[in-house]
Amino acid sequence: MAYTIAEKILLAHCGRKDIKPGEFIQADVDVALANDITAPLAISEFKKSGFKRVFNKNKVVLVPDHFAPAKDLKSANQCRVLADFAREQGIKNYFEVGRMGIEHALLPEQGIVLPGDLVIGADSHTCTYGALGAYGTGVGSTDMARAYIDGKCWLKVPASIKFAYKGKLGKWIGGKDLILYTIGKIGVDGASYKVMEFCGPVIDKLGMDDRFTMSNMAIEAGARAGLIAPDATTRKFVSRFKRKPRFYQSDSDAVYEKTYEWNVTKLEPLVACPHLPSNVKPASSLKNIKVDQVVIGSCTNGRISDLRIAAKILKGKKAAPGVKLIVFPATQKIYLEAVKEGLAEIFVKAGGVFSTPTCGPCLGGHMGILTEGEVAIATTNRNFLGRMGSPKSFVYLSGPAVAAASAVTGKITHPDKIK
Amino acid sequence: MIIKGRVHKFGDDINTDDIIAAKYLVSTDAKELGKHCMETIDPKFSQAVSPGDIIVAGNNFGCGSSREHAPLAIKGSGVSAVIAKSFAAIFFRNAINIGLPFLESLDADKINSGDIIEIDLAAGLIKNITQGQNYKTEAFPEFLRDIVEEGGLMNYIKKRVEK
Repeated sequence: MAYTIAEKILLAHCGRKDIKPGEFIQADVDVALANDITAPLAISEFKKSGFKRVFNKNKVVLVPDHFAPAKDLKSANQCRVLADFAREQGIKNYFEVGRMGIEHALLPEQGIVLPGDLVIGADSHTCTYGALGAYGTGVGSTDMARAYIDGKCWLKVPASIKFAYKGKLGKWIGGKDLILYTIGKIGVDGASYKVMEFCGPVIDKLGMDDRFTMSNMAIEAGARAGLIAPDATTRKFVSRFKRKPRFYQSDSDAVYEKTYEWNVTKLEPLVACPHLPSNVKPASSLKNIKVDQVVIGSCTNGRISDLRIAAKILKGKKAAPGVKLIVFPATQKIYLEAVKEGLAEIFVKAGGVFSTPTCGPCLGGHMGILTEGEVAIATTNRNFLGRMGSPKSFVYLSGPAVAAASAVTGKITHPDKIK
Repeated sequence: MIIKGRVHKFGDDINTDDIIAAKYLVSTDAKELGKHCMETIDPKFSQAVSPGDIIVAGNNFGCGSSREHAPLAIKGSGVSAVIAKSFAAIFFRNAINIGLPFLESLDADKINSGDIIEIDLAAGLIKNITQGQNYKTEAFPEFLRDIVEEGGLMNYIKKRVEK
């Protein structure tokens, strides 16, 4: 029987001889991740169930990142629930403020997720781990509570869709442009309930950071996972970790529900306009869209190579008058790297905020809420109505190059325009 | 289970931020969340809902975040069931897991705001009393029906895993 990577990982975790799309399985998870929004509900459901200990304290991961550092009393209480539960259960993978990061950047960086793993996260962007050749999938708090009990999760085996990218990427083009292009083509439900598998010569040449960006936004097309086959780049990334990865490749005769093949040589820097990630246009076509705020960071584009791109454009420049520039590295490690490389100084001298890691502004939590009429361009993942604050505000999504260029001019700008 | 109620109609791609905005995710209480259900796109929704009312929507209902607060907010608002042409995958599983009654029906388009409809969940039948029409939907697979019938995933698991 021929299988895709996704099917191979699911098969290896469900104790069956074979599987096929559409079947329900009870899968053993390698990592059960939750955050300060979703874990409190999971923990309370777990406690109500009468079970006393989590199935495996080394497989449970708790990251207070959404409203952390606590934005108010209620979020402080929620963060406290995670800290108390970690202590009580002996969970070592609890990450305190100052040692944490945005979960989906943090777990790969710490070697908590490795290729071949099955990861459930009570956060929709758990699909980020697909970049490692791991099956990461978003679930709810009740799923998490159940996993705390027996380490399992019910899953319906999804069919896979293949996305092959050919050609050569132009200047400024990265993972964000590729995934926005893809979502623009297939729509916000274009891969609903499916696995997206990204491949082709363009993906082979992408670095890990750009791959994480692509897999991260698979959910924005409705997908359950966004996989990339592990290769030399992946192997190098995980070589420093002790635990053994499992490298799966799709069989040459694996069955895909659909295959898209695109030549992306002529791709321009892209922007998703309000209020859907599929409302994608070339940055150069957007004239005179003034921005009040520029947000560079998040689990989508808050990694070191994203910050380097932004810094390259912002070096020696100032954010335009009236523009709030907020840069937030995704983890403490990235933060320190940015300090050492002088990137932090570039952002601060440009008149920007250089923030501790947090999901904050991306979901309209804190650290940069938009008021009525305000417009932001952000390297985040969602531009739904009211996502960053007022239902009368507007969010445009882009990669770090367009965001940084837009900070300099105060309107949405192609990075080539910055001299 | 038979559910009868008045319809509140929504369009396609109703996302979890529409259903419950992030600023309210500092509570896990369904009643509290319910006060802000659909607020982003329909600020008067929570006042307009009478207990038992039914949400009917288009494609991809519940897309976006994994927040279980979304189906909880719907439950907490007093809404008794959701019918949509299709549901986003995480919302779908959350609704199953917490026992929020819902049905997928391509006939959702034919239902109007204010219609009184009756849903027979087990049979997958929707009766539009206002328009005098019946719509048949596909029943859930057995595994999912079991979870729903046992009142959600936690009850289902408690019965099957020894303490």
